[in-house]
Amino acid sequence: MNKPELVKYIESLEAPKQFPEFKAGDTITVDYSIKEGNKTRTQSFTGIVLQIKGAGNTKTFTVRKISGNIGVERIFPFASPNIERIEINKRGAVRRARIFYLRNLRGKKAKIKESRS
Amino acid sequence: MSGLLGKKIGMTSIYDETGKNVACTVIQAGPCVVTQIRTKDRDGYDAIQLAYDDVDERKINKPLRGHFAKAGVSPKRIMAEFTRFEEGHRKSFGEVISVDVFTVGEFIDVSGLSKGKGFQGVVRRHKFSGVGGATHGQHNRLRAPGSLGASSYPSRVFPGMRMAGQMGQKKVKMINLRILHIFPEKNLIVVKGSVPGANGSYLKLERWS
Repeated sequence: MNKPELVKYIESLEAPKQFPEFKAGDTITVDYSIKEGNKTRTQSFTGIVLQIKGAGNTKTFTVRKISGNIGVERIFPFASPNIERIEINKRGAVRRARIFYLRNLRGKKAKIKESRS
Repeated sequence: MSGLLGKKIGMTSIYDETGKNVACTVIQAGPCVVTQIRTKDRDGYDAIQLAYDDVDERKINKPLRGHFAKAGVSPKRIMAEFTRFEEGHRKSFGEVISVDVFTVGEFIDVSGLSKGKGFQGVVRRHKFSGVGGATHGQHNRLRAPGSLGASSYPSRVFPGMRMAGQMGQKKVKMINLRILHIFPEKNLIVVKGSVPGANGSYLKLERWS
């Protein structure tokens, strides 16, 4: 269903933040603030981007990392005010826009070639 | 109390000041115009009648055309009465009321006609769990209502027994929806949560505090 114009207007009021462009297969570090009680601190999450999904202020990206042999995935909305910084560590060479096949691979097979561009 | 008439535009989600993502509804409210004032002396109760949404004069019947002409306004699509207007919010005949009667952070009640679901069985309409299991020779009764009550006494079905029937398309009021944003230049209100009806349906907004 198409969104009504006035809903788009409300959504456009949330200032879009500028992040470096990345795509599936890239390794990125996301710094985001979390609240503990009444303190806020910054935590970072480093992993491989699995997919970028959606549009407008509901656009999200999924990052996957292996934490102590267990795969951990986090979905971040681009519009979230909690994301402070996104840093691109490595450009990956993948053929797909969504690399879910990575979930079934372990160890050396789960490595992604670095792109040479 | 103060109130407005409006139209549901649609839902979206925004981030509040604490960084939380909240679901919200965008409502276009007003400008409404006072088309009638009811007084205790003449009508037995105090109320004002608001009208909203311009409409082509050809689509209005003649009695209503006269009603709007009396207030000196262009024909409107819907009207509703609002009772118990407080002293400070009392309005005069023909006055235009817009979204600035509300302020951000207030809680308002929003009522409207809910989406029609048609004739529905008891499982969907009243959250019954159906009868028994599908096995042991049982058939035909998976979504049945079951017993309606005892037999020879009372020999009747009690009024109000929940049964199948029309679901939805009735007046529903959502109470205490917090106003997150107001945009007076576009007559928009953003409230937290959902409101009854489809996009484009008419709503009555009231604030009682």
